[in-house]
Amino acid sequence: MSQKLPSHLAALESEAIFILRETAAELSKPVLLYSIGKDSSVLLHLALKAFFPAQPPFPLLHVDTNWKFREMISFRDDTARRLDLELLVYTNRDGLDRGINPFDSGSSLHTQIMKTEALKQSLRLHGFDAAIGGARRDEERSRAKERIFSLRSAEQGWDPRRQRPELWSLYNCRLQTGESLRVFPLSNWTELDVWEYIRCEDIPVVPLYFAKARPVIERDGMLIMVDDDRIRLRPDEQIVSRSVRFRTLGCYPLTGAVESSATTVDDIIVELSASRQSERAARAIDNDEIASMERKKRDGYF
Amino acid sequence: MNQGNAKSDPAGSTWDGEVVRVLTCGSVDAGKSTLIGRLLFDLGLVADDQVTALERDTRRTRFAFEGMDFSLLLDGLEAEQQQGITIDVAYRYIRTAARKLIIADTPGHEQYTRNMACGASVSDVAIILVDAQKGILPQTRRHTLIANLFGVRHAILIVNKIDAVDYSEPAFDTITRQFAQYAGGLDYKSVVSIPVAALEGENIVKRTGSTPWYRGPTLVEYLDTIDITRERMTRAMRLPVQSICRTEGTRAIAGTVASGTLRVGDLIGISGTKIETRVARLLGPSGDRPFAVAGESVMALFADEVDLSRGDMLHGPDDRPVFADQFSGRLLWMSEEHLVPERSYLLKIGTRTVPVSITKIKHQIDVDTGAHIARTFLGLNEIAECNFSVSVPISLDSFNKYPETGCFILIDRTTNDTVGAGTVMFALRRATNIHPHRFEIDKRLRASAKGQEPVVIWFTGLPGSGKSTIGNLVEQKLYAVGRHTYLIDGDNIRGGLNRDLGFTEEDRVENIRRAAELARLFADAGLIVIVALISPYRADRRQARELIGDGEFIEVFVDTPIAVCRERDPKGLYAKADRGELSNMTGIDQPYEAPEHPEIRLTTADKTADELADQVIEFLRERRAISLA
Repeated sequence: MSQKLPSHLAALESEAIFILRETAAELSKPVLLYSIGKDSSVLLHLALKAFFPAQPPFPLLHVDTNWKFREMISFRDDTARRLDLELLVYTNRDGLDRGINPFDSGSSLHTQIMKTEALKQSLRLHGFDAAIGGARRDEERSRAKERIFSLRSAEQGWDPRRQRPELWSLYNCRLQTGESLRVFPLSNWTELDVWEYIRCEDIPVVPLYFAKARPVIERDGMLIMVDDDRIRLRPDEQIVSRSVRFRTLGCYPLTGAVESSATTVDDIIVELSASRQSERAARAIDNDEIASMERKKRDGYF
Repeated sequence: MNQGNAKSDPAGSTWDGEVVRVLTCGSVDAGKSTLIGRLLFDLGLVADDQVTALERDTRRTRFAFEGMDFSLLLDGLEAEQQQGITIDVAYRYIRTAARKLIIADTPGHEQYTRNMACGASVSDVAIILVDAQKGILPQTRRHTLIANLFGVRHAILIVNKIDAVDYSEPAFDTITRQFAQYAGGLDYKSVVSIPVAALEGENIVKRTGSTPWYRGPTLVEYLDTIDITRERMTRAMRLPVQSICRTEGTRAIAGTVASGTLRVGDLIGISGTKIETRVARLLGPSGDRPFAVAGESVMALFADEVDLSRGDMLHGPDDRPVFADQFSGRLLWMSEEHLVPERSYLLKIGTRTVPVSITKIKHQIDVDTGAHIARTFLGLNEIAECNFSVSVPISLDSFNKYPETGCFILIDRTTNDTVGAGTVMFALRRATNIHPHRFEIDKRLRASAKGQEPVVIWFTGLPGSGKSTIGNLVEQKLYAVGRHTYLIDGDNIRGGLNRDLGFTEEDRVENIRRAAELARLFADAGLIVIVALISPYRADRRQARELIGDGEFIEVFVDTPIAVCRERDPKGLYAKADRGELSNMTGIDQPYEAPEHPEIRLTTADKTADELADQVIEFLRERRAISLA
């Protein structure tokens, strides 16, 4: 038995476990969207607790764009093996064949084809009726109003007008043919809550979250880590070694690093408490245009 | 892998703060955005670059002498709304020194009732804003009522723009008094008012010294200390079964303790059955534990093999839920399609989903005035008291007492939309197997033989408030003009019919139920019935009203301050209670819940009993219950 959790974390934990159990009880084929980041690590940890001593009654699904950091992929495979969990990995083959990539296609199209489309394809392929994700309401402004159980049409679109009112903890999980739910057990968590929980529960996370000297280039105002030789240096770009870490993880060419000396979870919590930048500021896809997330969601982005 | 060494580092011990869920109500005009912006700023949660941007934007939009425009700090929800983007409830997260605040904000006016109800249902505290220059507005009353109907039990009135009324203490006191009077008639456990000047930050996080006469807490001090959990933990135990977990030959139930405390070794029952068993083992999220309190998710194993499934309600030995197939409740309708009585919907209550129909819309509640309106259907955003009939008996708790298990949603069976949300008031224990014989002589005939209309005049109030005295005079006046009457009071029923009842809460409830049944029979006989009983609980008086029928039930609130009752003390009860010789006395160690909307309110402090009795007679005459020759 680990030491007693601080009361805010205990409350958030219980709420998330209730949501996970409710999803498993009411839906016929849920899946946990495992994106390998810290939020997914917490989500997976909660799923293990929610059903312990049984295993979670749903598999993990990773939508692989083929551009994730290498450390993410090895962490993902280690985690599934260590916990003896069923892991499904899906890549949009058609997108790959068409040569979609973040450089030539641009961040927006790459995300649309390799992430949004791929997610829809994989959910359809397996017939999942609920996809559990680690999104939080504090991440981005259009998420602040997102439901915990978010309804998607048969085309997997998000219609703000059809979202169901949520009262108390009485979640309406009933679906018509083809409809599905996205479920967000971490809705009420903040980035700081996530890190504090990781510290209290000793949850493993991808080492990219901790500062280390890494080879980076400066591109469009962001620090991009050179994770492999597909980077395509521009003439004026120089690879330099900087002490950096990542606040969120995604496709490496689209994910900015922050300069940091935080090498432990403690350091990160101290850094966050004093932080002056929002979490997703370093994500290229959100900065496309105003209300971009809202538009992506209507299209079926997670 | 780098995990850090948090636990070994004493400086790295994790911040610990209780979660407090806050609903903010009030129009933008009342300064809601400025208040929240100021709160963020004064708590040091605004980044340096944001402050710089704020100063720049302020210069662009305002005159420098007005100071910074803190409403600009909010993340543009208003702007989104202007773009036609739907926002129902937006959540913000703020840490104070001691608490994690989850703030539910319901912007906009479209669907306002629905959105407020959603926010209120997940909130502990409501911050209600008024502009000191305008005072209490109809919308203030609306916000205060809706928040309360959907479960908020603590109200904080922010009297904002106190600077615009020259920091006037009398202006603040007037608004505070008006608000306390209104909120006092609702089900709030605490009501406070704070004078605030959001622009300068007075009494939000800090005191600037401009309201030296105000001695209460700042908004943040109040939020940091308000107690919202103790009550939930001390109520009787409830645990709705979420699912059954089978593993390694064991069978455990998974669920979240809704109220009370569950301990290993506790005797538990399953609602609707006679089965009892003991808790053999409790598993929390981090392993075995001796007990779990309200709000904690657990797995429980029992001493006996019991047949349980999702939807069952586990309870402790005390104060069991009622198991019934009909109940009375309040309902908010949230669909553009009207509510149709007798149509079948699905009811989700706890972890149970069952078919339900609304058998009767008793009345709509006007959220601006609290008035009752007769209706045959319900439209979008309307709230009504209704009777519900479920296809099978279910476990029922009143929302007042058990907010976690006394609430439900309604689901359309075709579209699967959530079309309604409501709260249980009380179970209707209708005898289902008794088919009353229709007698040829009915109430109307009996009454007309006496030349009168039967009514039940129900006097309620604190001990010593004057119920029996006034009731007695009313009966004398009716007798004098040839009316046929009967007076039921504590003395004549407790001595016989209710001899077996004491003064615990359960016995008081039964006492009132029997008195109401008796009054109904006497009214059926064509009599004008006068009931004089403390009848302290709102729910029970409501049940009496339900039993007798809205048109024939006249609730008379004998409104006498407790200090006056204590001084009069006609039966020496207060003196006895003060000496510790009397327990369970209403007003001392048992609550008295004043009526929200009595037909007649008698304020006794400045009138004689005779004048008050005349007031009742006058009401009856207007109602044509008696036509005095």
